[in-house]
This record gives sequence, structure tokens and C-alpha cells, in this order.
Amino acid sequence: MNKRWLLLIPLVVFFVLLGFFLVGLDRDPRELPSTLIGKPAPAFTLPDLNAPEKMVSAQDFHGQVWLLNVWASWCVSCRAEHAVLVEFAKTNEVTIVGLNYKDKPTDAKTWLRQYGNPYAASPMDSDGRVGIDYGVYGAPETFLIDKNGVIQYKQIGPISEEALSETLIPKIRELKQR
Amino acid sequence: MIPEIGQFALILATLLMIVQGTLPLVGASKGISAWMALSRRTAQGAFFFMALAMGCLIYSFIVNDFSVLNVATNSNTKLPLAYRIAASWGSHEGSIMIWVFMLGLWSCAVSIFSKHLPEEMVARVLGVMGLVGTGLLLFLLLTSNPFDRIFPVPIEGRDLNPLLQDPGMVLHPPMLYMGYVGFSVAFAFAVAALLGGRLDATWARWSRPWTTLAWCFLTLGILIGSWWAYYELGWGGWWFWDPVENASLMPWLVGTALMHSLAVTEKRGTFKVWTVLLAICTFSLSLLGTFIVRSGVLTSVHAFATDPRRGMFILALLALVIGGSLVLFAFRAPRVGASGKFKLVSRESALLANNLLLTVACGTVLLGTLYPLFLDALKLGKISVGPPYFEAVFVPLMVPTIFLMGVGAVARWKEATLPDLWTRLRWALVVTVIVSVAIPFILGRTAPTSVALLALGFGMALWVATSAVVGFLDRIKHVGGSFSEKLARQPRSFWGMFVAHLGIAVFIVGVTVVKGFEAERDVKMTPGDTVSVGGYSFRFVGIEDHPGPNYQASRGTFELSKDDKVMRNLYPEKRKYFSFGMPMTEAAIDSGVFGDRYVSLGEPLNDGKQSWSVRVYHKPFVTWIWGGCILMTLGGLLALSDRRYRVNARREAGAVSWTSVKLEKA
Repeated sequence: MNKRWLLLIPLVVFFVLLGFFLVGLDRDPRELPSTLIGKPAPAFTLPDLNAPEKMVSAQDFHGQVWLLNVWASWCVSCRAEHAVLVEFAKTNEVTIVGLNYKDKPTDAKTWLRQYGNPYAASPMDSDGRVGIDYGVYGAPETFLIDKNGVIQYKQIGPISEEALSETLIPKIRELKQR
Repeated sequence: MIPEIGQFALILATLLMIVQGTLPLVGASKGISAWMALSRRTAQGAFFFMALAMGCLIYSFIVNDFSVLNVATNSNTKLPLAYRIAASWGSHEGSIMIWVFMLGLWSCAVSIFSKHLPEEMVARVLGVMGLVGTGLLLFLLLTSNPFDRIFPVPIEGRDLNPLLQDPGMVLHPPMLYMGYVGFSVAFAFAVAALLGGRLDATWARWSRPWTTLAWCFLTLGILIGSWWAYYELGWGGWWFWDPVENASLMPWLVGTALMHSLAVTEKRGTFKVWTVLLAICTFSLSLLGTFIVRSGVLTSVHAFATDPRRGMFILALLALVIGGSLVLFAFRAPRVGASGKFKLVSRESALLANNLLLTVACGTVLLGTLYPLFLDALKLGKISVGPPYFEAVFVPLMVPTIFLMGVGAVARWKEATLPDLWTRLRWALVVTVIVSVAIPFILGRTAPTSVALLALGFGMALWVATSAVVGFLDRIKHVGGSFSEKLARQPRSFWGMFVAHLGIAVFIVGVTVVKGFEAERDVKMTPGDTVSVGGYSFRFVGIEDHPGPNYQASRGTFELSKDDKVMRNLYPEKRKYFSFGMPMTEAAIDSGVFGDRYVSLGEPLNDGKQSWSVRVYHKPFVTWIWGGCILMTLGGLLALSDRRYRVNARREAGAVSWTSVKLEKA
């Protein structure tokens, strides 16, 4: 009798998984989690990747609209969006800050040298503490922050050309008007 | 016109699959042999129409019929022929199409190579495959029709994603899907056995070759995928623990366990319940992989368009196929009957322990892959799971697995004693320990962590290799004749195991050496500059424009030399595809048995001197990673060609009609 009960375990495990998938399907993984939108961007002060003696903090960008892009050299998806960011940075539309997430400085530096550096600054979040404050669940993620330091939009996953031209740029222009 | 024929053929295939999935199953349970006999014909008919549909799709791509939405979004007049053909399975619609086409192929193969099986078994196996096929064909027709038309017809197509325009990507999906879908045969056999209440050594013998063949395809598919990531993503990694890669690794791990478990069931009549469960899990994970990739529940480099309708459909399909088979398992498995007995120290135990380890390893990969989803669903916030998690969890599980792999290959069935194992394995152990500790020092490493990691890697590889050799010597000891006669008398299935296990050793050497000794330089180079890495020099000769069929490339020339002797020129490219904005890096690789020399171009530096940022690598023994996978595949194929299967097939064909006896009893 005992043994028969054991045979039900795979079924139960599967149904638990199924439940998660059901909930997961309803949520677009790229969709913004509502918690941080409209809240002030969490403060941070971190050394800059290319000039470790210099500290970068969220406060530095107060008064302007800026993008905080979470990236890492180990992140394959970041590579997919990087070219888009490099091109976008050339337009000088907005300041892009690259939060270098759980990365090794040497890897990160060579990565930027090889693929181009679109970032005005790259604060190093080596242990991922700032990532936790921002609710980062994986790279790449991008936060759009307004002049008052409030998070207005969050993009999860790579920024495609479409996401940039259809969503991000209009939002940036709108925030600049305010 | 041609797309309509394809569409029509798909509908006919669906109808035939519905018949294949219902009547033979009912016939088998009620003993109506005319209904059972339908299974073979319908399977072959369904395959014919699926092949016709696939042909129509490929034709539409070859002639660039842009009135078909799928062609218009994935092809282009400038796309070369080979990639137009590959584009047929490059899109979402196309990949589901090739999935069902493969299912048709496998079930057609079962209908042909099952002459010696009882009619009832064939009816059930093909019936189960028919049900699965029906589900996927409906998914294809209702949510992802590859033949949908658009109007007005565009003049030019959008082109295939440049990342997929590569020889590796032409082969990768068909191989991978052959593997994924091939496990449906083992699954169908398991479900058929549960339905019929007959689970014994014969059942295991029938499922074994199919499972091994599917496993070979999956191994090759993963290998090609990894190789593609290595040279196409342009930064020299070969495994990224990306959700989509994990989706293919999970069925591989459980499939490997299944292959070994089937061997025990066939030879010793034990582990039956466990083997059935593994067969169900392997195919379930293949389906789950399809779900993960196709539904967009997880983000990854491979992420395709998210369509909740599609996700919901696959989820319902998963619930029916996996849920249904697990319910059947829970209620029918107790009837399977008693197992053979074995002692704690025996080959059975080693294999069982390894099966559990492989399953746990698969579980950790599953957990890591789905963790973000779990936490998000539970509203516990979001968390990142990257390569650090997988390396920290997966590697420690592989160490005991590899150790037991050596023991299992040598231990006796039923009962082995520790002193006996020790006598036979002590030389292997001594050689392993001494050599693996010596190697890091010989290679000039002294830092403790580096020495420990290298010794561990080499130790695992040596242990597998030496214990395989011990097992081999044990075997030939008891056979008469000269050495060559002794070799000739070993069955192919033994050689299969031997070669596949050596493949694991070769693979581990590759991983260990690459991790420990790879060297890379990232430099700014102006024509004339030289950079050296790993004892090789790369001289940057210059860069020139190089037009391709549907892209414009900047092609660099690098002169590779060692000890001032010029070896060859390498031509890495930076390509701009006309239809996509994203520049693509084509690395140039000088590949050899002892490693690769790898150059990839970064960005032009626009300093007027034609300077570029350049990345060069020396990847010693990286080729062994793929060589190991090829050996594993070869081992699988050798085992498949074993004489036993052919002889048994003949013997069973002449045996009494077991079905009738069984039916009378029922």
C-alpha cells in the first residue's frame, strides 16, 4: 500500500509544475513588474568600471532623463542588444548608465572594448546588491528614470530595434518634455 | 497552388493520425484485430502526407513564394539556396512542422521494423504515437499554420535571422528534433506496456534500439548547437546554460539514464517501474523543452515571438500527454510484478545510483531554468540564475556519477564484493590518482585551486578510461584464442559501451584543459601589428571589403604563425546583413586535434589607420569536447548494430503467436 502511494509522486510534481506554468503564461516575462514603477530609483554608490577610483551614484543623474541598463559579459542576451545600444548612444538622445551586474572587471572591460561602449558610466555591482534593490532577476534589464529620479518604465530582456523606436524613444521624449 | 496542396496534405495527415491514435488502441483492448491492423497503414499514410506537406513548404521557400507569410518573414531573394531550405525549419511554424514530420518518420519506421512484434503491441505503440501526433498537428494547423497566405503579396521578404544563416544551423534543428521526437518511441512502448500490463525483458529489448538511436541524434544535435554557439556568437564559449540549451540537456540526462536502465531491465529483469518512469520522463522533458522554447515563458537569446494562445495550447497538450501517462503509471505500475533481486554491491546498484544522480542533475537544471518563473509566480520577487549556479550545483553531482560509472562498468551483476572490486580496480585507481596529481605540476601549475581543479578533471577522465580498460581486459581474459580473435569475439554492444565511455573521458579532458589553459587577448590592432597568445602569433595584415550574397562584410586577414613559421591565413569577418541592422561576427578558426586558434573582429576604431579591436584566443583541446560527443554517438551506433537485435528479431518472428495465448487469457 505504501508503495502505491509513492507512484503518485511524479504525477503530483507534474501538476505543481503545470500550475506554475499556468500562472507563468499569464505573465509576460518582459512585462514590467508593477512594484518599482512610479517609485524613486533605489540609491547606489559604486565604483566605475573604467575608473575604479571614481564613484558613480544614482544622484549624479538627477535632473535628467536616463537609462539604467543592467548588463554582464556572461550574459548572451546582452550581446544581442548591445549593438542596438551602441547605435542609440551615438544619437545622444539620453544618458545611458550600464550597471555591470555580477561580473569580473577584466571580462567586462574587454567586452566593452570589443563591442563598443555606449555607457556614460558603468558602476560595478560585483556582488549584485544593487541588483537586488532594483529587483533585477536576470540581465539584461533596462530602467527608464525621469528627471526626479523616479522609475517610469522597465524593459526586461534585450532591447530590440522595435522596442527602442516604438516604446523607449517615445517615452524618453515625453519625459524630457515634462 | 503548391501551398494549398501542402495545407491539404497536412489536414489529411491529421485525419489519418486521428484514426491511428484511436481505432488501433480500442482494437487492442477489445481484441478486434482488423482495427489493430489499421495502425501500420495509417502510420505510413500519415507520414506520406506529412512528407508531402514538408516538401511543399520547402518548395515554397526555394521559389521564394512571398505570398506565404512564413516565407515572406523568413526568406529573401538574396538568401542563398541552402539557407532558403534551412529557413523552412528556421521559423516557429517551420520548427513545429519539422517536429511533427519527424514524429511521422519515427512512427513510419516503427511500422516497418516491427514485423516480429505482437500485433497488439504494435497497435498500442503506434496508437500512442498517433495521439501525440494528433495533438501537435492540431497545434500546427490551429495556431501556427506554416502555409498562411498574406495579401497584398510583398515584393521582398524579410530574410532569415542572420544568426541562423550558418551551416551549423542548417543541421542543428533536424538532429535535435530527431532526438527529441525519437524518445516518443520509448515513451509509446512504455505506455503500451502499461496499457497491456506486459512489462518484461522483451519489452525492454524492443525499446532499447529506438532509445539508443534517439539518444545518438540528440547527442549530435546538442553537439552541433554547442559548436555553433562557439564560433557564431564570436566569443569562444561553448555552453552558456541558456534556458534553451538546458531544455535540450534535460532530456539528454534522463535519456542517458533511461538507456542504462533499459539495459538492466533487459538483462536482469529489474528496475521495471523505474525504467517506465524514465521513459515517460524523457519524452515529457522533450515536450517541456518544446514548450519552454515555443511559449516564451522564459526569456533567452533564442526567445521567439510570444503568443499566449500558442503557449496555452502547448500547455494543454503537456497536461494531456504527461498528466495522462503519469496517471496511467500511478495506477498500472503496481501490476508490473516483482523484480529480480540484487545485493547492495553489484552492477545493478551502481547503475541505479547513477540513474538517480543523472535524474537529480536533471532536476537541478530544471530548477535553475525555471527558478525565475517560480519566484515570479509566487510573487517572491525576481532573482537571477546564471552560469555560477549551474556550475556550483551540476559539477559536484557529476563527480560521483563519473566515479560510479567506472565501478558500474566493472562490477558483476547481482552480487559483487568490495574486496573483489578493489582487486580489479586498484590499478585503475592508483594510475588515476598518481597521474592526475602529477599532470598539473608537469604542466607548470602551482596555485592550489588551479591544481585541484585540473587534478579533479584529469582524475575523472583517467578514471573513466582506466576502468573501461580494466573492464575490457576482464572480458577478454575468459575468451579463448589469439588476441585478435579475442577482440573479434566481443559483441558490438560491448564495443559500443567502451567507445561511448571513452567519449566521456575525452569530453572531460577537453573541458578541463580549455577551462585551465585557454588564453585570450583583446587588443587594438593596426595593420602590421602582431599579437601572440598561447605560443602562436597573429599578424594583422589588413582589412578589406568583401561582398556576400545578402550582406556586406569587412574581412580581416591575419597571418598565423608559430616559432616564426607561417602556418596559414585566417579571415574573420564582420558582416552587415542588408535586411537586419545588427552586425554579425564571423570568427575565423584554425582547428586542430590539440586545440583551436580563434580570431574575431570587434569594432573599427575609426582612427584613420584602419585600426580594429580584435579578440584572439588559444583554446587548447577544445576540439576534444566535440570529439568526445562524436565518440559517444559512435558508441551508441555500434551498440545499435549489435548482432543480438537481428538474431532475436528473426527468432521472435518464428515464435508461437503469443498474442493469441494472451488474448485467450484475457
